[in-house]
Amino acid sequence: MAGVVIVGAGQAGVQAAESLRRGGYAGAVTLIGEEPVAPYQRPPLSKAYLAGTMDLDRVILKPEATLAEDAIAFVPATRITAIDRAARTVTAEDGRSWAYEHLILATGSRVRRLPVEGAQLAGVHYLRTTTDVDGLRAELVAGARLAVIGGGYIGLEVAAVARKAGLAVTVIEAAERVLARVTTPEISAFYQDLHRAEGVTILTGTGVTALEAGADPARVGAVRLADGSTVPADLVLVGIGIIPNAELAAQAGLATTNGIDTDTNACTSDPAIFAIGDCASRPLAHYGDRRGRLESVHNALEQAKLAAAAILGTPPPPLEAPWFWSDQYDVKLQIAGLSTGAARTVLRGDPATRRFAAFHLAPGNRLLAVDAVNSAPEFIVGRQLIARQQVVAPEKLADMSISMKAIAADPA
Amino acid sequence: MPKITYIEHSGTEHVIEVPVGSTVMEGATKHRVPGIDADCGGACACATCHVYVDEAWLAKTGTPGSMEESMLDFAEGVEPNSRLSCQIQITAELDGLVVRLPSSQH
Ligand SMILES: Cc1cc2nc3c(=O)[nH]c(=O)nc-3n(C[C@H](O)[C@H](O)[C@H](O)COP(=O)(O)OP(=O)(O)OC[C@H]3O[C@@H](n4cnc5c(N)ncnc54)[C@H](O)[C@@H]3O)c2cc1C
Ligand code: FES
Repeated sequence: MAGVVIVGAGQAGVQAAESLRRGGYAGAVTLIGEEPVAPYQRPPLSKAYLAGTMDLDRVILKPEATLAEDAIAFVPATRITAIDRAARTVTAEDGRSWAYEHLILATGSRVRRLPVEGAQLAGVHYLRTTTDVDGLRAELVAGARLAVIGGGYIGLEVAAVARKAGLAVTVIEAAERVLARVTTPEISAFYQDLHRAEGVTILTGTGVTALEAGADPARVGAVRLADGSTVPADLVLVGIGIIPNAELAAQAGLATTNGIDTDTNACTSDPAIFAIGDCASRPLAHYGDRRGRLESVHNALEQAKLAAAAILGTPPPPLEAPWFWSDQYDVKLQIAGLSTGAARTVLRGDPATRRFAAFHLAPGNRLLAVDAVNSAPEFIVGRQLIARQQVVAPEKLADMSISMKAIAADPA
Repeated sequence: MPKITYIEHSGTEHVIEVPVGSTVMEGATKHRVPGIDADCGGACACATCHVYVDEAWLAKTGTPGSMEESMLDFAEGVEPNSRLSCQIQITAELDGLVVRLPSSQH
């Protein structure tokens, strides 16, 4: 009766439960989540759900009734606080406990808090859950001044939604360019130009030292910058990264470095325990012996399927190149692969047309990554070539008269 | 609510009531119809929600947008009646729609 217990009912957790059932797993499957709602997807939270064009029903991945039909015991609003590896049980804050034969940790990540004075003021928002969005959306009124702290994907997506809603938006980024941690200078430059053309003010290389109250002493009124100047703000969105929820695993003695350490099967240092999604550090297939944590839907789904296959004793699914997307204004970015370590970047198309791709090549011209802006063929073919660790001819990639289908057939 | 018929590659049929305003993809993934993966959740970014629209319904489901068209161009087994099901919004007019699923989405 012990079966599989999954801690964390987000993108990864619900996929693991479903993959177990689709694979014919006959034992009990228990899906325990801290949030009070049915499992939902996060990408729309900074896009259509924030804009109000997609409602909660559509953000939900699996309604409770569907989970029940699949004999997945869903336990919402329950935080697991301890794992007893010897007894093979997990215990919740309220004392309830569950026995497992296999345990899957899918605890995701939490937002990094802004470590400055005034960060607790009203009007300061973060974005991770539907509750966060509900609070932020209520304050997205035309004419209000929004300061976005952190020029990562979430900050920039919120900036785009807020501009469309008629707010005045300033993005404040500590690094020399937006998206510095996740992408290359070409793409950063493109997004800075895009947002400026849409009327957003972007400040790079700019640190924040405090948040200051306005007329209402309990509410934010301005952001104090490192040079002493201030940016007036009626509301603030902080998007400065996430921290993996790995403490539960660490307390139980599982190996953790940056997240919970896992092997190619998503298995932790305890053979009965798996870790998947944002909380897990994994070997990065296609990239030699590199390891790391990936914060994406694709990673959550892929690791969920790996863990399910290992528990079912079936062959693991083929590993795909990691990928991610971002929607801002009418621009769709699709990224495949990891560009770290690239020796050169080849541009295909003209950024000014808002339709181009940047291919990132390792020494020797093996394709490492592609950033495709409104360019599905470049993304799809790039992803396949990355998974094959293919060596490519840079001059072909740069030549728009050679189609991506032709390049797929003869890349080198 | 409009009823949509999903026919798996194996021939198994599922008739699902799908609310107006949601999509053909959501009707499948929320009701245990296997064969539509929808990895990106409807963002027109993954092409794992490919379906074949029954010929009789092509006029009502309309034509793909340019992003959808170029994603579809690279899908396995694409046919003239191929669509990404996350891009077909459910309207009252689509009551009775029939879609067939490909053998695989990856
Ligand atoms: C606003 C936003 C936009 C994004 N946009 C994109 C995008 O466009 N494309 C993309 O690929 N990715 C995007 N991502 C990233 C993607 O959503 C995450 O990588 C993905 O959700 C990770 O899934 P997960 O299951 O690991 O974590 P989560 O989805 O965060 O789920 C983890 C769950 O575990 C619960 N939990 C944690 N600890 C416990 C505990 N001790 N007991 C019980 N429950 C617990 C949490 O409450 C949470 O519900 C976005 C993320 C955000 C926040
Ligand atoms: S669900 Fe990803 S393209 Fe349709």
